[in-house]
Amino acid sequence: MIKLPEPVEDIVVNLLRLANTKLPADIGWALEAAAGWETGEIAYTQLGAIMDNVKKAEHIGRPMCQDTGIPVFYVRGRFDSGIASQIARGVERATREIPLRPNTVDPLTRENNGSNLGQGMPIIHYIPTDDDFTEITVLPKGAGSENMTRLAMLNPADGAEGVKRFIIDSVLDAGGRPCPPSIVGVGIGGTSDVCVEMAKEALLAPLDSENPDPVLQAMQEELFVALNSSGLGPMGLGGSTTVLGVRIKKAFCHTASLPVAVNIGCWATRRASARITDNGVEYAQGVEL
Amino acid sequence: MKVLNTPLSESDVRSLRLGETVFVSGPVITGRDEMHIRALEYDKNGEPVPDDIRGATLFHCGPIMRQMDDGSWRVIAAGPTTSARMNKLEPEMIERFGIRAIIGKGGMSPEVADAMRRCGCVYLAATGGAAISLAEGLNSCRGVEWLDLGMAEAMWRFDTQKFGPLVVAMDAEGNSLYQRVMDNLVRDI
Repeated sequence: MIKLPEPVEDIVVNLLRLANTKLPADIGWALEAAAGWETGEIAYTQLGAIMDNVKKAEHIGRPMCQDTGIPVFYVRGRFDSGIASQIARGVERATREIPLRPNTVDPLTRENNGSNLGQGMPIIHYIPTDDDFTEITVLPKGAGSENMTRLAMLNPADGAEGVKRFIIDSVLDAGGRPCPPSIVGVGIGGTSDVCVEMAKEALLAPLDSENPDPVLQAMQEELFVALNSSGLGPMGLGGSTTVLGVRIKKAFCHTASLPVAVNIGCWATRRASARITDNGVEYAQGVEL
Repeated sequence: MKVLNTPLSESDVRSLRLGETVFVSGPVITGRDEMHIRALEYDKNGEPVPDDIRGATLFHCGPIMRQMDDGSWRVIAAGPTTSARMNKLEPEMIERFGIRAIIGKGGMSPEVADAMRRCGCVYLAATGGAAISLAEGLNSCRGVEWLDLGMAEAMWRFDTQKFGPLVVAMDAEGNSLYQRVMDNLVRDI
């Protein structure tokens, strides 16, 4: 077990503050590039309003979007089971201190206890490794984009063309609802649960990093061009910036299956990681899991 | 800069053109799923609903609010939420309460567009996620109703000043910018 230089609870508050108030640099660059090629007046106004808002949020240290989402955590490296309760305390404190919007409710009674905790919360994915660090990543996921999630159990005969068709239809059918220009997270393969998990994990990688798999890299580029040629545009009001990036992960699957999942990230795909070693804590805003 | 002063009249909203950019000044209320459900249920049962729902400019928004020591509320962040979630509830809201303008993101269904055409109501698109810039236009909070529904779902009252920019994305003639975009989408691989 790594000896932690500061309490996990404090690190989690820092992570949630960083993620919610400062847009990852790679997404900022993608927005700037988009503003450079957008020609439509409405589309350009939307991108301008987004970039203006990002600057202001960072400057005054407040959440860039009122939907501070449900924080999804990824813990990688060396850790012990006590980390879950420490993360929970961090979430509760961050909700009061930053503040975050209390979003978690009972799914049936819709009762909100105001803490962003509750049964099954916070959501934490564990990836134990032999590395000499503990890495905590948070992806605060807003509902506008999360509600557009789709899973298809395609037939193997549908092939790569079927996979691409499903991804394009999922993004375009969502229209303006997930706050485009979006980042499209895709999982291909695995079982249904793993497929959806991969689609979300894909959102964690910086947009300017190459996919380690050249076939997936090519597919990402092809889908990027196709989606930005669709005409959907920022906020679904028309234009040539529908997506800022497409990120794909894959895993082997059953010979009779071809699962595909799409998890859309809004333009404000907020992420932050803390890598904790004996030497201290290093923060970053994009990570390849 | 075209500024609409609320409360809006039917002729105010019928004069707005699709694609036009406007700002709003004056009273605005917020409401999402739970506020819609409660307002409709109370009104059907003859129970009183807050007066300012009638003829309102309704902002689909669940803000982050902070309560001050003197009990007053301050807005921290307030952008639009996805309006389509209220598609099934909105036609009746427009008919029953005479909602004149809806501020949201992502647009609404043809059924809502039809109610807007019949009753005289427009849909103004705010930029999704622009919660800090938009909060600047929410000059002051004049109170809250139904806080038991939670911070996001409660009905907040704001006095707005040059709140926007907002795009007239569904007009009072039944036209929708979203529908035009969706009808012309290129789905090629």
